[in-house]
Amino acid sequence: MASDGLEIRTPEGVPFTIPLAGAAARMMALIIDLLAIMAIVTTGLSVFRAFERLAPDVIGGAVTLVYFAVSTGYGIVMEILWNGQTLGKRLLGLRVMDQGARPARPAQLVIRNLLRPVDSLPALYLMGAASCWLTQHRQRLGDLAAGTVVVRTRVSVRGDWSQLGREKYNSLREHPALAARLRQRTAPELAGLALDAVLRREELTPEARVAVFGLLAGKLRGLVEFPAEAVEALSDEQYVRRAVEVLYSTSR
Amino acid sequence: MILDLDRFVREGEPRWQELDAVLTRMEKHPYATVGVTDLERLHALYQRTSADLLRVRGLHSEARLRQYLESLVSRGYTAIHGVTDRKKASWFGWFLKDFPRAVRRQAGALALAMALFWGGSAVGAGLLVVMYEERETLFPFAGLATKPSERVKQETVERSKMVAERTGRFSAHLIQNNTRVAIFTFALGMTYGVGPTVLLFSNGVYLGAVAMDYVKDGQTMFLLGWLLPHGVIELPAIILAGQAAFLLTGALLPRGRRAPVGERLRAVFPDALAIMGGVAVMLVWAGIVEAFFSQYHEPVVPYTVKIAFGVVELGGLLAFLQLAGRDGE
Repeated sequence: MASDGLEIRTPEGVPFTIPLAGAAARMMALIIDLLAIMAIVTTGLSVFRAFERLAPDVIGGAVTLVYFAVSTGYGIVMEILWNGQTLGKRLLGLRVMDQGARPARPAQLVIRNLLRPVDSLPALYLMGAASCWLTQHRQRLGDLAAGTVVVRTRVSVRGDWSQLGREKYNSLREHPALAARLRQRTAPELAGLALDAVLRREELTPEARVAVFGLLAGKLRGLVEFPAEAVEALSDEQYVRRAVEVLYSTSR
Repeated sequence: MILDLDRFVREGEPRWQELDAVLTRMEKHPYATVGVTDLERLHALYQRTSADLLRVRGLHSEARLRQYLESLVSRGYTAIHGVTDRKKASWFGWFLKDFPRAVRRQAGALALAMALFWGGSAVGAGLLVVMYEERETLFPFAGLATKPSERVKQETVERSKMVAERTGRFSAHLIQNNTRVAIFTFALGMTYGVGPTVLLFSNGVYLGAVAMDYVKDGQTMFLLGWLLPHGVIELPAIILAGQAAFLLTGALLPRGRRAPVGERLRAVFPDALAIMGGVAVMLVWAGIVEAFFSQYHEPVVPYTVKIAFGVVELGGLLAFLQLAGRDGE
C-alpha cells in the first residue's frame, strides 16, 4: 500500500523523508498539462491556417504532425528541460525524481512518458491510478519501469524559532546549581515532551492544557527540588515553561 | 545530552541560509556549470546541516525546525548525488550504431516478435483459404469485403488522381498513426507480454488474410507493388516495437534472477530506447514512401519499379541491421 513519503538514508547515515505527490495533485497537474497542450496546438493551428491557402496539402500534413509531436512529446521535452517538471507539475509544486532522490535522467523521463498509453488503459488512467494505489511509492506503471517517483517539491521555510515562551524573569535561574542538576537529571524524552507542550500549548483545549502541564510539572518537580521562594505562586504551566527554558538554553 | 536550542539555532542559521541560497541557485539553473570551490562549499554546508539534522532528530523536539533542516538536507542530497548527464547525444552515431547493435543484441526478443507476427500471418492466410466463402469475417474493415480485383480497378483509375492532391496530409497521418501504434505496442510490454502478443499476432492474421485474398484473386503483382515500397520498412518497424516491448516483459519476469524488478528494467532501457528511436525513424520513412510512392499504381508507376524499390529497401534494411555498428562491438 502507498506510503506518504520516500524515505532515504544518505551515505553519511542521515535519514530524511521526501513527501510523495498525492493522486489529486497529480490529476490536477495532468489537467493543466492537457490544457497547455490544447493551447499550444490551437496557437500552432491558427499560425498554420494563415498560410493554408499557399499550400493546403503541406500545411494540412504539418498540422497533423505538429499535433502529434506536441501531444506525444510535451511531457518528455518539458520534463527534460525543467528538471522533472511540466507546467502542471510546476504550478502544483510537483517534480519527477529518480526513486533514489536524485534528479531523473533524460532516459528515465523518456521511458515514463512512452509508457503513458498503458497507464491510461482501459480509460481515464485507471491502470495508472490502480498502480499508484497499490505500490509503495505511488508509482504508475511508467514510473515503476523508469524508476521514478513524483514528489512534492520542498521549499525550505525558515521558522520562527523564538517561540519558546521565554519570560523576562526566570526564578529557576537564580539557582544555577539546581538548574544544572535539572538539566543533568532530565531524560531527553521528557525534555522533548515538555518543549513540545510549550510550543503547542495554544493548540490544546483548556482542560487538556491543565492536564498536560500538571503531569509534566509533577515529573519535573520530582527531579529537583527548588527553594520554595523560587517556585511558589507558579502555576504548573509557568513551572514547565521556566524548566524548558533552563533545559534548552544556557544563555542568560 | 540536552541541546541548547537557542545557541544551536543562532550558530546554525547563517549556514542554513547560505545552503538554501546555493541550492535555490542550482535548482533554478540545473544545467549550469558549478565551480570546484562552490561545490566544496556546498558539500561542507550540506554535511554540517546533515549533522545538525541528526542532532535535532535525536531529541524529538521542535517539528518545524526538523522539517526545515530535513528539507535542506534532501535538497542538498539531490544536488550533490544527482549527476546531470552532460554528454552530448550524437543522433547520427546513435542511429548508425546503437540502434542496429541493440536489435542484434536482443535477438531472442526479436525472434519472438517475428514468430508471433509471421505466425499470425500464416494463420490468417490459412484461415482465408479454409474459410474463403466467409472471408469477410476475417477482415478488420468492411471496405475489404469487396473482391480485390474490383478494388484494384478502382484504385488504379481513381486513387492516383485523388491521392496526388493530398499526399502531404496522408503521409503525416500515416506517420503519426503508425508511430502511435508502435508506442502503444511498446508500452504494452508492461502487461507481462500479453498486449504485444495479442497485437502482433492479430495484426499478422489480418495481414495474412488480406494478402492471401489478393493472391487468390490473381492480384499478386498489385499487392506486391502496393505493399512492398512502404511495407518492407513499416512492418519490420512494428515487429521491432514488439521486440522492445518484449524486452520490458523479459525484465518483468524474474526467471531465477535475484536483482529487483526496477534494476532489471533499467538494465534493458538503453536497448529498448535505441530500438524505439530507430522505429520512429523507420516509420517516418515508411509514411513518406506510402503517401508519395505506394499509392501510385500502373500506369503512373509500373509495378516492377515499385517491387524493385521495395526489394532494394528490404536488402538495405537487412544489411544495415546486420552490419552497421559492428566496429568496436
